[in-house]
Amino acid sequence: MTVLVARNLVKTFGALRACDGVSLDLHRGEIHAVIGPNGAGKSTLIAQLCGSLAPDSGTVSLLGEDVTGLPVAARARRGLARTFQVSALAMEDTVLANAMLGSLGAQGRPWRFFWPVMRDRALREAAEQALERVGLADHAATRTADLSHGQRRQLEVAIALTMAPKAFVMDEPMAGLGAEGSKTLTGFLDTLRAEAPILLVEHDMDAVFALADRISVLVAGKIIATGTTTEIRANAEVRRAYLGEEA
Amino acid sequence: MPPALIAEQILNGLQFGVMLFLMAAGLTLIFGVMGLINLAHGSLYMVGAFAAAAVAGATGSFLLALIAAMTAAALAGALMEMVVIRRLYARDHLDQVLATFALILVFSEGTRWLFGSFPLHLDIPAALKGPVTLPGGIEYPRYRLALIGIGLTVAGGLGLLITRTRLGIRIRAGENDREMIAALGVDISRLYTIVFALGAGLAGLAGALVGAIQSVQVGMGEPVLILAFVVIVIGGIGSIRGALVGAILVGLTDTLGGIFLPEFFRLFLDPATAANLGASLASMAIYILMAAVLIRRPTGLFGARA
Amino acid sequence: MRGMLVGAMLLAGLVAFPIWAQAADEPFLITLATRAVILALAAVGLNLALGQGGLVSLGHAAFFGIGGYAMGILASHAQSYAPLMEWPFVIEGTRSMPVIWLVAVLASALAALGIGALSLRTTGVYFIMITLAFGQMLYYFAISWTAYGGEDGLSIYVRNGFPGLNTLVPIEFYGLCLVILLVVLAFHAALIRSPFGLALNAARQSPERVRTVGIDTRRLQLAAFVLSGAITGLAGALFADLNRFVSPSMLSWQMSGEIMIFVILGGAGRLFGPVAGAIMFVALEHLLGGVSDYWHVFLGILLLLVVLFVRGGVIGLLAGARR
Repeated sequence: MTVLVARNLVKTFGALRACDGVSLDLHRGEIHAVIGPNGAGKSTLIAQLCGSLAPDSGTVSLLGEDVTGLPVAARARRGLARTFQVSALAMEDTVLANAMLGSLGAQGRPWRFFWPVMRDRALREAAEQALERVGLADHAATRTADLSHGQRRQLEVAIALTMAPKAFVMDEPMAGLGAEGSKTLTGFLDTLRAEAPILLVEHDMDAVFALADRISVLVAGKIIATGTTTEIRANAEVRRAYLGEEA
Repeated sequence: MPPALIAEQILNGLQFGVMLFLMAAGLTLIFGVMGLINLAHGSLYMVGAFAAAAVAGATGSFLLALIAAMTAAALAGALMEMVVIRRLYARDHLDQVLATFALILVFSEGTRWLFGSFPLHLDIPAALKGPVTLPGGIEYPRYRLALIGIGLTVAGGLGLLITRTRLGIRIRAGENDREMIAALGVDISRLYTIVFALGAGLAGLAGALVGAIQSVQVGMGEPVLILAFVVIVIGGIGSIRGALVGAILVGLTDTLGGIFLPEFFRLFLDPATAANLGASLASMAIYILMAAVLIRRPTGLFGARA
Repeated sequence: MRGMLVGAMLLAGLVAFPIWAQAADEPFLITLATRAVILALAAVGLNLALGQGGLVSLGHAAFFGIGGYAMGILASHAQSYAPLMEWPFVIEGTRSMPVIWLVAVLASALAALGIGALSLRTTGVYFIMITLAFGQMLYYFAISWTAYGGEDGLSIYVRNGFPGLNTLVPIEFYGLCLVILLVVLAFHAALIRSPFGLALNAARQSPERVRTVGIDTRRLQLAAFVLSGAITGLAGALFADLNRFVSPSMLSWQMSGEIMIFVILGGAGRLFGPVAGAIMFVALEHLLGGVSDYWHVFLGILLLLVVLFVRGGVIGLLAGARR
């Protein structure tokens, strides 16, 4: 079954066609990696999938529903969880508070003005579980600004987990993690695909080839190839356009 | 309503609009280039008016008064920029609002301390006194017509400055990419001071020109400042063309609203109620215009898309 | 923790000072303290939008003034025995504070809903300018609205009543205002810890994050803006009752700026920040205003120094970094 579908997305900025007729889908149980050189339009693609940028034309659908016109929050409530390339976190708040934000959103009930949020057991347990899973349980009380770069990436993933989403969109989760961190996260994402499929935009080729069921290659706003890791490795056009090799 | 009266009101609106443009142009330039919101821009308007009144009082020359107004405001602006404003570029808008609000307090009370609380008088120069007869037999004050001319000339000059000169190229580069022009070896801090002083000089000129038809007093700048904000919101922040269009829209709406709304309500209400309701609504007309623009285009008519 | 200590000391002072003033037979000082408490309430309102929500509203005088006019209009109709409205149903004026407060809160909340819904279409510097402009719109409206005094404002002869109290006695009116301030502070403290508070705070720091977990940040901020306007409106009703006078100056942009100064002088986002700021402002106004007619120069310089060099306001200075 297909969870997330993009059809013929086009987005131009002035003369630049940042996204030039991109179609792509994400099936249940898979990790679908999107790779491409810098400036290929990966961020523009993610922004359109998640709703922070409206496409000039084309559609996005989630679990069979056309969500093209819906804003970010509405897509998230329908089960789309995103992690950011540059961490977007409430830096002054604790790690636990950030994680609870995810479960708060997932339950769709921020409209309670009196009961202390920290005493809401359901919210708190969901958050603590997610922190445990990414290995941040010991840092629950730490101020988020005091986390290391790698820990912030882990927290990004934890927030996404608390939402119990139908699909993940991850924007370079490995960036800046270091070899050890990448390996741990790779192992974790490997088990995560059973819960919900992952659209993985990543520069770390080791991780991509270790994890991906399918890979799409985005070059200059167009997907030039989609296939299994073996197919992509063997694809002459990809090697020429992206890996910079002579054919 | 006789057509002559309508024509006169349109000219009044235009005159009001071009004076607002002088204020709004500086504000929008400063925001566009430095990303700064400057509440103290109204103080520079006031400085211009007081300098003009003082110099006109001492020399009797209106031309000297105008030069003094621009010079004093530009100097005050440059000083303001070098002492306080440049510490605010990296701060958030809240800090900028507060610090420039503090500057208003200092400038206003400082001026009151120097000149006292009584309004000063700035006379229209003899050569521009009295009415002039326009085509169609419309009598219109010569001075106000001159204001329209000066305002449009400055607008044109500013357009040329931005599009044709080296300074203009740097200003536009600064709007697009600050690091880039620093990398190109332009002295960014001097550029900022110049832009700020330029905006201040325009505000000072407006203060002096308007000071001759209204009174020169402490606190005269802030109502104009807030109108200039409305102009910028309508026109789009950072756009000189937007500032011109916005200023003329606001000028016309305000002036014509004050005349036509009471007339309009008189069609179906008794005169006293109509006058009251008309006046109340007219006082809100430009804000309603602003709200309408916002609903259609949240970043203004000529603003960059968010 | 030290923030709470500073807060507790402030509250102790707010209780002790008027008792001392009463004993020393200084009714003027009680009135001064009442002024500080009411202005603190207005600032607590703004702090909800500004400190928690990150909404730099430079138009909060609008709500302060609406609260003031709610008092002025209801009380002046009660004074002249002329109903506000006779058709389709009769609405009489009133001298009862609870009724006036309710009207003030509802009217300013409604205004905040309208102004907020429009202003929140934008962010950043646009938001600042637009809130300022809407404040100015109401200011000019009040000036041109001659039915309720226009530029001259509205006076009422006798302060409105509260069941069981003689509000004409300075200390009794003070006590009433202080209790309201405490109740609102308690509300604010609860709000900060609530799910809504968590989401609002996060939306200030990283709106994209909050949207990404499925929460509509604009609705969140609009709710904060409405609550904020309602609190400031309540303060406006009390302020007008304190002075037995309401005029367009309550709606002026200077008033908006001053309410913002209270918040910043004390420390934005901190529970007791606005209270400390308002007390400081009133004390400075009283002390420096006595020394020099031009005390605003000193206020301006002080504010400039605080903004440029003291992050986190007075409470920040006393209590250390936030949280």
